[in-house]
Amino acid sequence: MRVSSVLLVGVVKLLVGAYARWVGTQPSAAQRIYFANHTSHIDTLALWSALPLALRAHTRPIAARDYWGSGLKRYIATRSFGAVLIDRARENATEDPLEPLRAALRAGDSLIIFPEGTRGTSAVPERFRAGLYRLGQDFPQVELVPVYLDNLHRTLPKGSLLPVPMVCTVRFGAPLRLAPDEPRDEFLARARAAVMALGAVQENPDA
Amino acid sequence: MRELLATTPEMLWLFGGLVGLLAVASTIGAVLSRRAGTPQSIEVRANLVARINAWWVMVAVLAVTFLLGRAVTLVVFGLMAWFALREFVTLTPTRTADRLPLSVAFFVVVPAQFLLIGLDQYGTFSIFVPVYAFLLLPAIAALRGDVDDFLPRTAKLQWGLMITVYCLSHAPALLLLQVPGFEGRDALLLFYLLLVVQMSDVMQYVCGKLWGKTKIAPLVSPSKTVAGFVGGGLAATAIGAAMWWITPFSPAVSAAMSAVIVMMGFLGGLTLSAVKRSLGAKDWGVMIEGHGGVLDRLDSVCFAAPVFFHLTRYFYTP
Repeated sequence: MRVSSVLLVGVVKLLVGAYARWVGTQPSAAQRIYFANHTSHIDTLALWSALPLALRAHTRPIAARDYWGSGLKRYIATRSFGAVLIDRARENATEDPLEPLRAALRAGDSLIIFPEGTRGTSAVPERFRAGLYRLGQDFPQVELVPVYLDNLHRTLPKGSLLPVPMVCTVRFGAPLRLAPDEPRDEFLARARAAVMALGAVQENPDA
Repeated sequence: MRELLATTPEMLWLFGGLVGLLAVASTIGAVLSRRAGTPQSIEVRANLVARINAWWVMVAVLAVTFLLGRAVTLVVFGLMAWFALREFVTLTPTRTADRLPLSVAFFVVVPAQFLLIGLDQYGTFSIFVPVYAFLLLPAIAALRGDVDDFLPRTAKLQWGLMITVYCLSHAPALLLLQVPGFEGRDALLLFYLLLVVQMSDVMQYVCGKLWGKTKIAPLVSPSKTVAGFVGGGLAATAIGAAMWWITPFSPAVSAAMSAVIVMMGFLGGLTLSAVKRSLGAKDWGVMIEGHGGVLDRLDSVCFAAPVFFHLTRYFYTP
């Protein structure tokens, strides 16, 4: 384990705790895609820190190349956490943006993804994008594990630089299976509902 | 910086005694959990075993802390205050305008309060939170311009800081006291406080589970019973009185001090339970398996520490 990742996990534990709650599943070396709600820059680290040490080495977060792709941030993301960098702007239209994720899955690694694509501002996740569905189709043997991260939108919301320490529990739910011929939008709604159920959050009435 | 703690031979005996006590508790726990019973009683026993296991960890942490000396003791208590404040803030509704004062509370007030003990600054230590943090944090919040619920928001932060940082910091502040004839043994006072408070909690829990019927304040804390309080309180006072030899007190004074610690600890548990429930929670957090949060374990210390500190300082230092 690299010193920088041990250090960062320590900082995360001090700030938010990131206490794992295995609600619908147990830690397992089976290949998995963990998908969670996304509200802050700490999310990836919190989920990663909540995993048992042995699973971290083979579990790779996804990071946006436009933010994490250069300098120290790139070093931390790729060297300490083995992050997979993706183009969310799609400037490079010749390649499917999911290709680096497929490569990681083909190599046998597990992934951490945030299907909303960008950080939201409330406890309720936004609509999920299609990437999760497409990966589920391409890799039917990989377990799709819903995860809910609570309180992180209060710790470091979009736009703030100074964190406020809050206790965060990381809830892991029962893996979902993509049913044969399940329509995309139906599956994405089901996946989002699974994340929301873990956090016991309801749809915003004004949404 | 004064000498390391734990250089006294008493400390070795004390932690040895605690290990023996925990071994007995674990044996009882193991025997009890073999018996059959209703699902409810099985759950109570599983919780008992979880609590005892957590006690092993807490005693080990405390022993290592004491062994490593004064600076580490201050850091460990600073971390406890940090975790307790974190639990308090998590349960408290906050708004965007509270973010800066909250960050200042965590990153400035908590370290400063424990640093002041390390620097032997008793005067500043005793007014830093009730004067400076009390006046400046709301001012920072006011500068952010959000007036909705300003007083309740500010009051909650003040309450959290006073309880989890100011009151709790009086436990390690016992290391500041220079009791004549007790030089170099100040860590024993801290050990004594923690022992009596936690014994009181444990004995009240045990007596309550064995004989408790009448609840003292059922809405506030369903686990506090008359039998638990009387039996547990008397037992803890007796234990404290019997430990007079590690303190500067006579046996009679030690009994009186323990009675005060027990009483304050009880009131602390009750009051913080009321706060917790008014914030809509059953436990403060999840950090200590079987017990709940850090603040569930430290609520009685928060109330007992400042009073024990004050009485000892008033009567036993020049």
